[in-house]
Amino acid sequence: MTTLKIKKMRERTLYIILFSFSLFIYACKKETNIKEVISTFLGFQKPSNFPEPVYKLENNPITEAGFLLGRALFYEPRLSRDNTISCGSCHIQTSGFTQHGHDVSHGIDDRLGSRNSPPMMNLAWNKSFMWDGGVFDLDLQPVNPITNPVEMDEKIENVLLKLKQMPKYVSLFNKAFGTEEITNAMMMKALSQFMLMCVSANSKYDKVMRKEEGQTFTPDEQTGYTIFKDKCGNCHREPLFTDGSFRNNGIAIGPNNDQGRYMATLNPKDEYKFKVPSLRNLGYTAPYMHDGRFLTLNGVLEHYTNEVKATPNLDPFLQQHDQLGISLSADAKLKLLTFLKTLDDKDFVTRKDLAEQ
Amino acid sequence: MKPLYKYAILILTVLTVISACSKKDDSQPQTANKATLSLQFDNIAGDRNLQLNTGTYKNAFGEKFTVQLLQYFISNIKVKTKDDQEFVVPQDESYFLVKESDGATQFCKVKVPEGDYKTLTFTLGVDSLRNTMDISKRTGVLDPTGGMDDGMYWGWNSGYIFFKMEGTSEQAPVDPTGVRKFRFHIGGFGGYSAPTFNNVKTVTVDLSAAGIARVREGRESNVHFFVDVMKMFNGKTNISIAANPQVMFSNYSVNVANNFSSMFYHDHTEN
Repeated sequence: MTTLKIKKMRERTLYIILFSFSLFIYACKKETNIKEVISTFLGFQKPSNFPEPVYKLENNPITEAGFLLGRALFYEPRLSRDNTISCGSCHIQTSGFTQHGHDVSHGIDDRLGSRNSPPMMNLAWNKSFMWDGGVFDLDLQPVNPITNPVEMDEKIENVLLKLKQMPKYVSLFNKAFGTEEITNAMMMKALSQFMLMCVSANSKYDKVMRKEEGQTFTPDEQTGYTIFKDKCGNCHREPLFTDGSFRNNGIAIGPNNDQGRYMATLNPKDEYKFKVPSLRNLGYTAPYMHDGRFLTLNGVLEHYTNEVKATPNLDPFLQQHDQLGISLSADAKLKLLTFLKTLDDKDFVTRKDLAEQ
Repeated sequence: MKPLYKYAILILTVLTVISACSKKDDSQPQTANKATLSLQFDNIAGDRNLQLNTGTYKNAFGEKFTVQLLQYFISNIKVKTKDDQEFVVPQDESYFLVKESDGATQFCKVKVPEGDYKTLTFTLGVDSLRNTMDISKRTGVLDPTGGMDDGMYWGWNSGYIFFKMEGTSEQAPVDPTGVRKFRFHIGGFGGYSAPTFNNVKTVTVDLSAAGIARVREGRESNVHFFVDVMKMFNGKTNISIAANPQVMFSNYSVNVANNFSSMFYHDHTEN
């Protein structure tokens, strides 16, 4: 009997110990729960009115630490030769990640590039990068501005050396990739993580399409939308407002004879073709075209209605019914511009998490 | 219980057999120990050894030139025995950047099974697949860091430069930096989304005349190639420095690349 009693007591002690341990475990768990609540990082989220992304997210899963490192790098002037120019210098958030007021980008030592800084948004859906599409992977894009003599004029090797000397980056890379190493591939993947998070999908248009907050188009916006679908939507395809293709839109050859897509493919059919830009955030991203030649949207519409040149490979959509360009009445232009305003995403250009900290 | 036990034995046996089969499939046909095979790329210019900056050479057009920089990718190495047993060096171990300015890089060392090899195949350049791979798979000499001077990567039109030769010549026009320089940057893997020219060249060399490679453990078989830059100028198309001082991503680069294959001359093998 006594041995049985002892056995029972032992059992009881065991249960007590187990119970107290489980309390500890519970306590630990609680702490992590609290941490999760503090972090507002939601990761990459595909807007419900968008297609599947093109970028291979499985090769670069977006984490909070990777995003934070990418953001630090994006706004890091040490990426340039004399530590003066960051990616954010020519891709300014409040201007839809373009360099507002500059026809062509303005880089190191006040040197000028040959093209207009394109807006940086919805890059996960881009099939190619640059106005000529020469780059086919977002991870391979940042090497260009960093090494271009008129942009940041630096060597990747030097950038990595500078970053390795900064405890801030040693720690940020370690958090993001779990290693003390800092490599080019990691830097590019982190930059991609930040850029992929620059998703613009909260314009009035998006809310109307998703039937959010009871938003609807005004009658003028609705008329403009109908005109848009009829006259512009073939190339500026919804919901990204570009089909990612390269087209000759009949603009006059620029003074620097930029041959666009032809330079990347050497196919004569691609001469003077440029990538169809998205129409999202137009209100923030003036000036327009690959060389920023049009300062206003009126200038752009004037081109499409009255100034399209009969280039040898002019896009078929711009020469229908034996007529060059697009026919739009003055009233139709106004309504179209009213609709285009619904593509401005205020939230995107003011979001704190995308800003320099 | 007894029948269940029997089933278990049966299942185990079947599993063992299956795993044994799959194991066999994994291994290469040659099961011998691996040993080092070295490919030596010894750059020359016609009848002379190539000397950076100091040597002066003359092409078929009579244009005198010096070479300041010469480097190229050697990749995708394969060997074949007399009886057509082929061994492909695993791709991740098969990319080399040969630089005239760095003697150590002129020896491309790979591990192949012990054996007597009669045929050697390699690529001058970087295959199209690796040109389009995820950046994390491009380490070492393939790290796409760009760079204007000795970089071997085009950032603006994603792709590797396979062969880079720069130098001076009185026949070259004065460039913006005030120097009479010629530059041949040859690449082009066929294009990613739109087809472009493909300058990836595969070179197959029969080693039997100048010495087969006898690869044995504890020794190092060294296949010694002369790489004649003069053959880049003088070939199917004779390349004139005066007419084409800068050949980069252009249709003309195809003419230069078509001369490449004849640059490689197997001089001898040290076994």
